[in-house]
Amino acid sequence: MALKKGMKEFRDRYGNRLNILGAGTTGSGRHLAGIVAGADIVKNEITAHAVAAQKTIENVNTIIEIGGQDSKIIILKDGVVYDFAMNTVCAAGTGSFLDRQAGRLNIPIEEFGAYALRSNSPVRIAGRCAVFAESDMIHKQQSGHSLEDIISGLCDALVRNYLNNLAKGKQILEPVVFQGGVAANVGIRNSFEKALGIKLIIPEHYDVMGAYGAALLAMENYKSGGKPTKFYGFDSVDREYYAKSHECNDCSNSCEIVEIISDGEPLARWGDRCGKWSGQKIGKL
Amino acid sequence: MKVTFPHMGNTYICVKALLDDLNVDYIIPPYNNKKALEIGTRHAPELACLPLKINIGNFMEAYEKGADTILMAGGRGPCRFGYYGEMHNEILRDLGLDIEVINLEVPNSGYREFLKRVRRITGTVNIYKISKAILNATRVSVEADNLEKLCCRVRPREIKKGEVDRIFKDFMNGIGRVKGSKQILKHIGDTRRKLLNVRIDEKYEPLRVGIVGEIFTSIDWYANFNLEKKLGEMGVEADRAITTSGFIIEHMIKNVLHIPKDLRYAKAAEPFLRTAIGGHAQETIGNMVLYAENGYDGVIQIYPLTCMPEIVAESIIPAVQKKYNIPVLTLIIDEMTGESGYQTRLEAFVDLLNRRKELSKAEKRWAFSGN
Repeated sequence: MALKKGMKEFRDRYGNRLNILGAGTTGSGRHLAGIVAGADIVKNEITAHAVAAQKTIENVNTIIEIGGQDSKIIILKDGVVYDFAMNTVCAAGTGSFLDRQAGRLNIPIEEFGAYALRSNSPVRIAGRCAVFAESDMIHKQQSGHSLEDIISGLCDALVRNYLNNLAKGKQILEPVVFQGGVAANVGIRNSFEKALGIKLIIPEHYDVMGAYGAALLAMENYKSGGKPTKFYGFDSVDREYYAKSHECNDCSNSCEIVEIISDGEPLARWGDRCGKWSGQKIGKL
Repeated sequence: MKVTFPHMGNTYICVKALLDDLNVDYIIPPYNNKKALEIGTRHAPELACLPLKINIGNFMEAYEKGADTILMAGGRGPCRFGYYGEMHNEILRDLGLDIEVINLEVPNSGYREFLKRVRRITGTVNIYKISKAILNATRVSVEADNLEKLCCRVRPREIKKGEVDRIFKDFMNGIGRVKGSKQILKHIGDTRRKLLNVRIDEKYEPLRVGIVGEIFTSIDWYANFNLEKKLGEMGVEADRAITTSGFIIEHMIKNVLHIPKDLRYAKAAEPFLRTAIGGHAQETIGNMVLYAENGYDGVIQIYPLTCMPEIVAESIIPAVQKKYNIPVLTLIIDEMTGESGYQTRLEAFVDLLNRRKELSKAEKRWAFSGN
């Protein structure tokens, strides 16, 4: 588990010299992470990203965020999130798709973007759907186009898809911040700048902006309330965690119940619609 | 004959009342569930929308329990729904199921055909008896919708969290034990009193969010992941524009009797969409405008993937937003059963609304002190 690894690294580097005042979690696994680590703040990644971008770049108006599983656009007005959108049913254009394509073309993902920049005439790739994009790429490969042109075409296609799909009907005003893991990809970055005709700002810690946002929110929470943290400490990584799931068959909903177990004791349960499992008081919570 | 019908939110309650009163034998399909969805996606065309798939699932589950006739509301083509009755019929026949679909709509061939269908189900064409049963079933539908509206009002204000849901669950479990519109209305009344006795925080001013969009996904709590409940748990008061009783009264009864319809939504939608383009698109736009004018904090549009009318409505929304400055969140529902993506969007949307409310309050205070 990535969280365990991260906590371990922290402990190795700082020992227990740190006095943790608050902890926050975000991302799609935020509830699970919050339970394992003992978080004071569990916040959705949209809000967390907005908070982090605002702290880093003053007067930011637009946030483009593309991560591993999803992509988002967040529009701010007068310092408040005004509108946002998140890809709904298709994962085209997210980090995991780029990763897959890089793997298929035998190019390390770090160099993927550089290939795109070397292209003189990008080929047109269908960007509407990841499956279409992939078969289109294969066909262009077979007809002999250079790798550079295909990759550059793919970057253009994904950006086109993002702008036509997520950003549809939304006004993209400067300053525009580009964050999330895909911001490391110079090819995508370049395609965005070409399509929008503006310069993107990439924050120094573009790849952990969500976590930064959660940390800022945890700090705000501490300052306003001053309650002692629920954080279990870095030593909690030594505990064993595992998830057990089963289907509850007490009614026709057949909910998938997830149970987080640590040292033989259940920490939390969720996944039910009726509250029978998640409503139970268990363990130390 | 054993009749069955789609589940769709609380719709089954008024259909049950109707069939009870007319002494028709029926089977209520199990609550919409994963199995129904799975059966539906296996047998329905891939590009069909979620409601069709869940309906197929409902029918096949009811068939297993012995149903042989399906009651469907038609629409004479407001959208694809108009030919769903026929589609169901064909799909189920292809599967070799001995089950027949009866469409309850006035066909182009006129009332004689309609009455023939009614007689097939009820065994009578006694207009007095049928009209009385329809009237009572409509009352059940109105009251059931009011009950859900009451839940939405009480839930964000309840002091002991989960109380409303517990009462509502008892209500649903109790429906199976009562028979006929009279008893059902009493059951609804009892539940209503229980809800009114829930201890609430009277000073709490919740955010108010309007729900618009396609009818099935906005009404059916399985399809929309319990949207109203989720909002309530976040302290938000939800209001839904499209209801079962609204559909029955506006689109079925008023159609048959040629009574003028309630067209406030159409008037509100006029600057953006002057004509009905199918489905509930004009309602979506119109109700969005009405919510904005009534001071709601935000609007959620919900529809199943590939729903054409709502796709058109979605592309009109930016114009409405520009004029009324109201935040809108669009949720598209398909076969996914992972809820966390929806939860994330809802949480972020509620954050957004909260911040906006705080800010506008602060601005107002500032304006006053400035005077």
